[in-house]
Amino acid sequence: MIGKNLFYLFIFPGLLFTGVVGLIIGWVDRKVSARFQFRVGPPVFQNFYDIFKLLGKEVIIVKDSVKFLFVASPIIAFATLVFISMTIGVSLFFNDGFGGDLLVVMYLMMVYSVMLVLGGSSTGNVYSSIGAGREVKLLLGDELVFIFVCLIPIIKSGYSINFEEILAAQSDGVFGGSISGVIGFLAGLLCIQAKMALKPFDIPEAETEIVEGPLMEYSGPLLAFWKLNHHLMYVAYPFLLIILFFGGFNLVGIGILWAILKYVGIVVLMIILKNTNPRLQIDNALKFFWKILTPIAFTGVILAVLGV
Amino acid sequence: MSGNRIPLGPFHPLLEEAEFFEIKVDGETVVDIDMEIGWMHRGHEYISEMSSFTQSIYLVERICGICSTSHPLACVHAVEDIDNIEIPIRARYIRTLVGELERIHSHLLWLGLAGHFIGYDTVWMWAWKYREPVLQIIEAISGNRNHYGIMRVGGVSKDVDPSNIPKLLEILDTVDKKMDMFAKVVNDDPVLKKRLVGVGVLTKQDAIDYCAVGPTSRASGVRGDVRKDDPSDAYDLVDFNEIVLQNGDVYDKLVLRVLETKESIKICRQCFESLKTAKGSIINNVKEISPGEGIGRYEAPRGEVFHYMRSDGTNRPIRHKVRAPSYVNIPTYKASCIGVSISDALITLAAVDPCYCCTERSLTITDINQRSNSLDILKLSKEKTEKIRREINGK
Repeated sequence: MIGKNLFYLFIFPGLLFTGVVGLIIGWVDRKVSARFQFRVGPPVFQNFYDIFKLLGKEVIIVKDSVKFLFVASPIIAFATLVFISMTIGVSLFFNDGFGGDLLVVMYLMMVYSVMLVLGGSSTGNVYSSIGAGREVKLLLGDELVFIFVCLIPIIKSGYSINFEEILAAQSDGVFGGSISGVIGFLAGLLCIQAKMALKPFDIPEAETEIVEGPLMEYSGPLLAFWKLNHHLMYVAYPFLLIILFFGGFNLVGIGILWAILKYVGIVVLMIILKNTNPRLQIDNALKFFWKILTPIAFTGVILAVLGV
Repeated sequence: MSGNRIPLGPFHPLLEEAEFFEIKVDGETVVDIDMEIGWMHRGHEYISEMSSFTQSIYLVERICGICSTSHPLACVHAVEDIDNIEIPIRARYIRTLVGELERIHSHLLWLGLAGHFIGYDTVWMWAWKYREPVLQIIEAISGNRNHYGIMRVGGVSKDVDPSNIPKLLEILDTVDKKMDMFAKVVNDDPVLKKRLVGVGVLTKQDAIDYCAVGPTSRASGVRGDVRKDDPSDAYDLVDFNEIVLQNGDVYDKLVLRVLETKESIKICRQCFESLKTAKGSIINNVKEISPGEGIGRYEAPRGEVFHYMRSDGTNRPIRHKVRAPSYVNIPTYKASCIGVSISDALITLAAVDPCYCCTERSLTITDINQRSNSLDILKLSKEKTEKIRREINGK
């Protein structure tokens, strides 16, 4: 039993699988973005080279920083994301009663943002602290919408927070096919865009404004952890959307192709959003989430209660 | 958080060159800014006074990599002003043509950079891709992509082959189509409008008070374009409009530059058409410059560039003074950025299209009781060179 759980956590669908798929999908992101912009783009293994290069570099720890937080936050964030991807992946790939819990995943996703805030504010750098402040504001903005988005499949599956039951409820028609499901999926896509700090919501890390914000003082292996976290999110979060709205994977025959299409389709949507929008200001982003997206997501919840 | 200071520069991804702005913020709102100049000093005016008139033209070309024909044009205007030298008609058209092509490529370059600064990297890459044909036209005319080196006192050094003109016009048409596309994007994109409309407003009064020039002032509703007010070269022979917009925000500056590019394409077409038929030489040989002084003005992409030259009858200027447009445009930042948020403050600075190397002056810090003059920094510089030389020789 312990052996099986360790296999889940470290090999498949946890650390190794998510990491490798994440780095490759990171290449897809860079390549598609490059083609959008008439560039050639990097070779397939560029992200692997980048991570391994960073792992071999020196770590510079800021003298005035809170050293424990500075070192611990990328590692805790990494552990959190590995756990999230395992929870989501096991429910998605194995049907053996493991039964991941949506609420746990929602909490853990917030832990990642908190770690980013702690790591950024531990350095004492003015850009990092602005970035950390923006991350908090953005979290305030997208969290409520994200809770509404998660409520929609919960309601539609007969008030269950278990991934397997949510998947089972979609066996005769995915939630993404109904009106409330479509609303939930689109709002969820934007929330994930914000949680992953992709454009138009890359406000905490805005390179040309605050020089990568919370990540500014990180270097070497610690920066590699942050980069790897980003790649893990590229796998875990689209998988979560697939569970919640597109009925998971059916890995038999033509189902494998469908699984890949579902995943790549969501990622390409994210890349298109990223490449066709400028960065919003933080106040405009909050207005967008609170005044526009929250009512829309709430409408989705009401529609879900009505069974539409 | 009250009174928190954010350093912007001297090295920052927003600035291609070294310049230091200290932004005081309350939360995310800018309450005050402070500027510090003197990070670069190249002594162009001084070197120019040691070079001949022809050499100065090549020297001032290197003041700015982007306005690399505005400075030489203003410089030759200044020399020609000393002796009232006549320019052949063909040379006038070529000068105007190269100047306008430079404006197109400079505005496209700014458009790309502005896109990058607001996180719109797709616009950045696209604008720079469509800038490439403009550089090709310039290369076909002058042989160079960036420092054209074709301005001379009395004319230009390279002619445009009439048989090439249809081909060059074709390339210009592709640029024109792409500019229409950009104009459409700027008009239609709701996120872009949300990001830029009403951001960093420079009021008309502020633009007048700070003596802003070029697109910075024209976007705030202040008329003023050297091409219209004091036409030199072929600007009185071609038909174009001076674009003036009223709001003074970053969005208006963006729209203004896109519209100006369209006007420039119009001027280029007329120049090409005239060059097909205009006859005559391209340079009026000038043997010597008589004693006297002259001024030269030209509307660079960023605004009016001004050169002053004084000659004592020898082959070199005894005084050469340069005033680049950024010199008056950068201080308007103080008027436009107070009260906006940090993310807006940065695009507000970029909207001026600041060019620091054009405008930098040397900065000396001296005891207030001691008298100092401009030669002090030169003395310091020479002393340092000597010191380094001694150290190297000593080892």
